[in-house]
Amino acid sequence: MADISSDFLGIKSPNPFWLASAPPTDKKLNVLRAFEAGWGGVVWKTLGTQVKNVSSRYSAVDYHGSRVMGFNNIELISDRPLYINLREIKEVLREFPDRAMVVSLMADNTKESWHELIKQVEDTGAHGLELNFGCPHGMTERGMGAAVGQDPEIARMVVEWVMEAATIPVITKLTPNVHSVVPTGLASVQAGTNALSLINTIQSVTGIDLDTFVPNPNVAGKTAFGGYCGPAVKPIALKMLATISQNSTTSKVPVSGIGGISTWKDAVEFMLLGASNVQVCTAVMKHGFRIIEDLCEGLSYWMDDKGFKKLDDFIGKSVPTLTNWEDLDINYHIVANIDQDKCVHCGLCYIACEDTSHQSINLDYGKPYNKYTIKEEECVGCNLCQLVCPVDCCITMVEHRKGPEYLNWKDFQRLGLPLNDH
Amino acid sequence: MSISNFKLTTEEYEANFADIHPPFENLTAALVEANRCIFCYDAPCMKSCPTSIDVPKFIKQIATENIKGSAHTIFTSNIMGGGCSKVCPVEKLCEGACVYNLMEEEPIQIARLQRYSTEIAIKEKWPLFTRKPSTGKKVAVIGAGPAGLSCAHVLSREGIDVTIYEKEAKGGGLMTYGIAAYKVTPEFCEDEVNYILSLGGIDIKYNQEVGKNLSLSELKAQYDAVYLSIGVGLARQLAIPGEDLEGVVDAISFIHDIRCKGYDQVKVGDKVAVIGMGMTAIDAATQAKRLGAKEVTMLYRRTQEEMPCTQVELDIAKLDGCRIVWLAAPKEVLGEDGHVKQIVCSSMVLGEPDASGRRSPVDTGETFTLDVDMVIKAAGQMPFEALVADNQLANKYGKIVTDSNGVTNINGIFAGGDCVNGGKEVVDAVQAGKDGARGILTYLGS
Ligand SMILES: Cc1cc2nc3c(=O)[nH]c(=O)nc-3n(C[C@H](O)[C@H](O)[C@H](O)COP(=O)(O)OP(=O)(O)OC[C@H]3O[C@@H](n4cnc5c(N)ncnc54)[C@H](O)[C@@H]3O)c2cc1C
Ligand SMILES: Cc1cc2nc3c(=O)[nH]c(=O)nc-3n(C[C@H](O)[C@H](O)[C@H](O)COP(=O)(O)O)c2cc1C
Ligand code: SF4
Ligand code: SF4
Repeated sequence: MADISSDFLGIKSPNPFWLASAPPTDKKLNVLRAFEAGWGGVVWKTLGTQVKNVSSRYSAVDYHGSRVMGFNNIELISDRPLYINLREIKEVLREFPDRAMVVSLMADNTKESWHELIKQVEDTGAHGLELNFGCPHGMTERGMGAAVGQDPEIARMVVEWVMEAATIPVITKLTPNVHSVVPTGLASVQAGTNALSLINTIQSVTGIDLDTFVPNPNVAGKTAFGGYCGPAVKPIALKMLATISQNSTTSKVPVSGIGGISTWKDAVEFMLLGASNVQVCTAVMKHGFRIIEDLCEGLSYWMDDKGFKKLDDFIGKSVPTLTNWEDLDINYHIVANIDQDKCVHCGLCYIACEDTSHQSINLDYGKPYNKYTIKEEECVGCNLCQLVCPVDCCITMVEHRKGPEYLNWKDFQRLGLPLNDH
Repeated sequence: MSISNFKLTTEEYEANFADIHPPFENLTAALVEANRCIFCYDAPCMKSCPTSIDVPKFIKQIATENIKGSAHTIFTSNIMGGGCSKVCPVEKLCEGACVYNLMEEEPIQIARLQRYSTEIAIKEKWPLFTRKPSTGKKVAVIGAGPAGLSCAHVLSREGIDVTIYEKEAKGGGLMTYGIAAYKVTPEFCEDEVNYILSLGGIDIKYNQEVGKNLSLSELKAQYDAVYLSIGVGLARQLAIPGEDLEGVVDAISFIHDIRCKGYDQVKVGDKVAVIGMGMTAIDAATQAKRLGAKEVTMLYRRTQEEMPCTQVELDIAKLDGCRIVWLAAPKEVLGEDGHVKQIVCSSMVLGEPDASGRRSPVDTGETFTLDVDMVIKAAGQMPFEALVADNQLANKYGKIVTDSNGVTNINGIFAGGDCVNGGKEVVDAVQAGKDGARGILTYLGS
């Protein structure tokens, strides 16, 4: 069996799955249940000056009959008294000393308040701190959360204050509500953060009630922009993570990957792009803590199948395959092929290619079933037909190189090779 | 052994005749199914619907919660889309062609989804169609069955004033009088007819029978065109001894009584033999069983290979506990005091294929006898040959001959539905009505 135990900045956990700072981690009762279920660690719900929440708070995007493809909230940081949170953290640490206990913080915007909060949290015996520079709503209006994360210089300053006081590892959590996460990530690393985590939620409007005309979630006939998360944000989170992994400075610190992770496969993808561990929120808010079982088992069987003994064997493995478009090989050419034995004659490939791609699929009329075949000389190898085909492995993309040698766009131009003539 | 009514309690009757294909309970359930549809292009289901309903489109419209749009899509192709969703043998039509079958998965429940939208539309009386201004042209339609109603609806939409003459007291044709009671209720049939009429421009005159109190030539003189959609009526006789004994009934009138009288008013035997293996035979057998018959035996001259009903229909009969005897041809019904007592059957074997390509049954000379107290004949229906011939309409054994637009040999007279095709499904009749309307519109030059 593969070893899935994780060591993040010396913070040990039996598996790389932590619960992200959010309602699942906002009190002892939840966190004990999570640890009993098998979660490797938690990032306690963000602490700071106590706030008051509104009702309602959440909304979701459903897709094709499937619930909560994306999830949105207008909650603030912890609305419970600080002293209760601190006492409960201590109690949980006593009951589950083998699990990671990181505490998320968002102090008022002064050095003193940060130092005071850090001291109080360190007194609990917590293993690490996560700086919440990401919360996109409610806190920004007060000059906190994303307001800090969106300005690299403010972030640098706050991280410097924190590093003066902190004696345990510090993770800086980045906001995705920027055109690139790299500047703030870079400033934070230069200011001394021990690690980064990303992403927090993305500002959004999930939808509007067509009867009341009020966007969701409805708070007495009004609403506010909320933070978007869940499966819908995963591709964006992966891209942001990749840019941190590609940067020579930010890639030096460990990264905790967050954003739409629901399955072990999602987690593996984050780790392949450089995350040392992952954090999960929406998936447990939808299904409860029990999903940890499959997260661990799926990861472990996959590692066995691939021959990976420990997590480090594959963390970051996909990063070198990301390159610039100009460096891609233009001589690489693939052509779609339809397996007629598998084809169910739905015509989806045909209409997609015919209306929106390269008119490369032939239709032979039949009643009730048409026959579809690829015009190989027309196919540009875009993958569209394969993506829309409902049958597994029915359309395959077959390699037909245009030339044996590697040829990129710069060479192509330099050699004056011909562009398409139709 | 006795043939009697009141065999069951009211609750038992209700349970036995409850909707055989229950609807979706709510929108969520419909959405889950609608979202399974992959929205095929040039979809096989659509091509397999005789009225060419744009199935992927109406299902997608359910998925987007555009239920009005969905109902409009259905009704545009098939104004009886509500009734069809309950009575069509979809296993050999749209659902039979669904690509999920090729993936070895359950096909999309097209009929059930179609029922979802159309039932709401009919219940809420959504006015989805408007008539064009009246053209002043008048058309008479004979028979308010699916073909007649469909033709009338298309014509009225185009501004033609339509009068339907119907011999019964209600509209709907066999939908109202013939189809199994566990598929459609009389209330639904009435609502459906009223929904069709709500367009305006269609007047139905009930209890008017052409050939009795009306003549075709009169109508032809009064109207710009006449559409004949009289269906097929008379049950085929078996032409065997004992057919006139008390307890020998024809399936059509047996089912007519079930649909019109009330379950407890319809007499049924304890031991019933049903002759035939078409849809009507299945309906008669299952409904006899549901009325409380202890034993129902279906007798068919050929084998399962040749049966005209679908496998799904056969399964309904089997699940109802009907016994099937293949290769059995009724030879004689024996009676006592004028009542049915036994039926004698010849055992058959299959011989050479006949003109229809089916292997024809050949008598082995052996016979067997069943004790029965009721015999239901469902050996097919006969066209109204006399009416057709008396009016000099070109026909083939009483089936009116037309072109693909319902044009008959007589100028200004059109026909379609069962009276032309000899008896198919409701959906075929609806399409025939549309075709006929097209023929009439061309003829009227509008
Ligand atoms: C027992 C049985 C079960 C069936 N089950 C199904 C099923 O489950 N699904 C399915 O799709 N189809 C089924 N069918 C077939 C279906 O009912 C017919 O194909 C369809 O109703 C034909 O429509 P139509 O308009 O051509 O004729 P009909 O429905 O027969 O309508 C003809 C109308 O004309 C009227 N009429 C006849 N003569 C005259 C006259 N001289 N003057 C005035 N009016 C007249 C009749 O009263 C009737 O209202 C079944 C048929 C039978 C007999
Ligand atoms: C209801 C809710 C409250 C959250 N509160 C916090 C918070 O207090 N501090 C924080 O750093 N992130 C907070 N988050 C963001 C999550 O920690 C996480 O970054 C984000 O949801 C993306 O992960 P996911 O897609 O697995 O949900 C919250 C998310 C949700 C849904
Ligand atoms: S790969 Fe693209 S171009 Fe080629 S057949 Fe498929 S959709 Fe058309
Ligand atoms: S999408 Fe796939 S299954 Fe559908 S017609 Fe094309 S190849 Fe066949």
